[in-house]
Amino acid sequence: MLELSHVHKVYRVGAFGGGRLRAVRDVSLKVEAGEVVSLIGESGSGKSTIGKMVLGLFRPTSGTIAFDGTDITTIRGHNARKAYYRRVQGVFQDPFSSFNPIFKADRVFEMIRSSYFPGISDADWRERVLKAVGTVRLDPENVLGKYPHQLSGGQLQRLLIARALLLDVDLLVADEVISMLDASTRIDVLNLLADLKERGMAILFVTHDLSLGNYVSDRSVILRKGAIAEMGPTVRVFENPLHPYSRHLLSCVPQLHRTWAEVDAELEANPPEDVELPVASDDVSAPLLEAEEGHFVGIDQG
Amino acid sequence: MSEIAGAPGAADPAGGPEPTTTERKTSEVLHFAVRNPKLLIGLGIVLSLLLLGIFGPFFIDQDPNEYVGPKSQPPNGEYWFGTTSFGQDVWAQFVYGLRSTFLIGAFGGGVAFVIGTTVGFVAGYKGGIVDEILNMLTNVVLVLPALVVLIVITAYLEVRGVFIQGVFIGLTSWPWAARAVRSQALSLATRDYVDLARLSGRRTWRIITTEIAPNMSSYLVMSFILLFGGSILIAAGLDFIGLGPSNGVSLGLMLESAMKWSSLYLGMWWWFIPPGLGITMIVGSLYILNVGLDEVFNPKLREL
Repeated sequence: MLELSHVHKVYRVGAFGGGRLRAVRDVSLKVEAGEVVSLIGESGSGKSTIGKMVLGLFRPTSGTIAFDGTDITTIRGHNARKAYYRRVQGVFQDPFSSFNPIFKADRVFEMIRSSYFPGISDADWRERVLKAVGTVRLDPENVLGKYPHQLSGGQLQRLLIARALLLDVDLLVADEVISMLDASTRIDVLNLLADLKERGMAILFVTHDLSLGNYVSDRSVILRKGAIAEMGPTVRVFENPLHPYSRHLLSCVPQLHRTWAEVDAELEANPPEDVELPVASDDVSAPLLEAEEGHFVGIDQG
Repeated sequence: MSEIAGAPGAADPAGGPEPTTTERKTSEVLHFAVRNPKLLIGLGIVLSLLLLGIFGPFFIDQDPNEYVGPKSQPPNGEYWFGTTSFGQDVWAQFVYGLRSTFLIGAFGGGVAFVIGTTVGFVAGYKGGIVDEILNMLTNVVLVLPALVVLIVITAYLEVRGVFIQGVFIGLTSWPWAARAVRSQALSLATRDYVDLARLSGRRTWRIITTEIAPNMSSYLVMSFILLFGGSILIAAGLDFIGLGPSNGVSLGLMLESAMKWSSLYLGMWWWFIPPGLGITMIVGSLYILNVGLDEVFNPKLREL
């Protein structure tokens, strides 16, 4: 459904725009309908940039982002863009800055109504809103008609997901949606995402948290310095990490029942087999090597 | 699990009906507004001069430039501000002059405000090449010697009215407003709610007017006040060098004729003091009003 091929994003940096920063390097990936794909990476790995490019908020420097076969960078005009957002929506990292502080929080629903459902009756719309708010397990009494500062981060975040539900989108870009939530709310939102997936919604789940990626996703993409380090079915990536960076990342996850010393000792005892990594022919490309079926490993960037 | 107990905001509404933000914000602003002497003094002077300019002329039967009385009379019961050396009523000229001074301020300031905010919002919101071009345009107009350009333009016009003067003043005085608005819009345009509005299929101008502008409304009000005062000053300068409205009366024109007919040497203080003091009071109290508004809107500047 969504297919990125050889997408690059280069920022100009420095006083006179002379410097170049390659935030996304030769990224190719696919998201199928009803599939959750995690983009996992550290800060600055380009994962949010990819999310924003899919949402059409940034333009890729080169490469194509195709949604159902149409390259979204060729979408021109307000109506075409509006039609695209009818099917693809995003939820951002910071719920507090996603709401205009001077308006009531449920204005995000009104905006959708005026843009996409102008003909619908008040009662009908009210019913839909209540249903969507109920689906994200919020009590309408508590959240509707309130200002953003009167609501918690978790409530705001779930209102944004309810907003995407109202549109019944095909693809949701969830950019670090849980990083601002406390642990108890976190699992709620994760379960909600799993429910959405059951309904056939594809989700591009951007996160820096390995365990969250493992929990929700069908496939995982580990990014490093803008390029894909490893990509494959989540189970394979987490059980059999091939790229040195993924191995390093996984070994950094604290484990409840083992100490660091035990983990290190075990790694020493059976060092993982080295895989031959692909070599980039120049500074910009980042070829992938298929190590096993559907499990790709990327270049080594030191 | 419908709601997380104890989550902030989910907290009990049992603590009494909480006033909504708008009400609270309005009443808070009002609370500080009525306690701010700068705002009250500035607003009081501006409003009373404005009312005088609006309603004063209705009580004057003759044309302000008509020769009505004895020449060179100091202020007296019949001619409150005295008469000029031609026998014109200075009081009549003063109230008519106030009216055209406010008109030029509103008109010149209005034109500059519309151009400045439009350019600033579009440049700040769009960014990229649009920003570059608009910024270049702004900088070019900013470094133009505005007064010289105005002198050249107005000198070429045969018939000069208040509105034409206002348009040209507006066309040359918008750049700093554009720059100020642009810098604010730049930072507001990166907020997530602006992105969310784009994802909601909103058009650019609606995002600017409904998402960005309301968040800097106090800033916009203050920009307009400063542009208003600036226009009055520029107009007075043009009038004083003889390029004012050719068919009316204004405070600047009064000053010009007072100077031209040597009122200073003849000791006719009643001729040049009212227009000079009028301009000073309008612009001065506008600036005091502006500082007062700043203190009301900006919590860091409030004196408690």
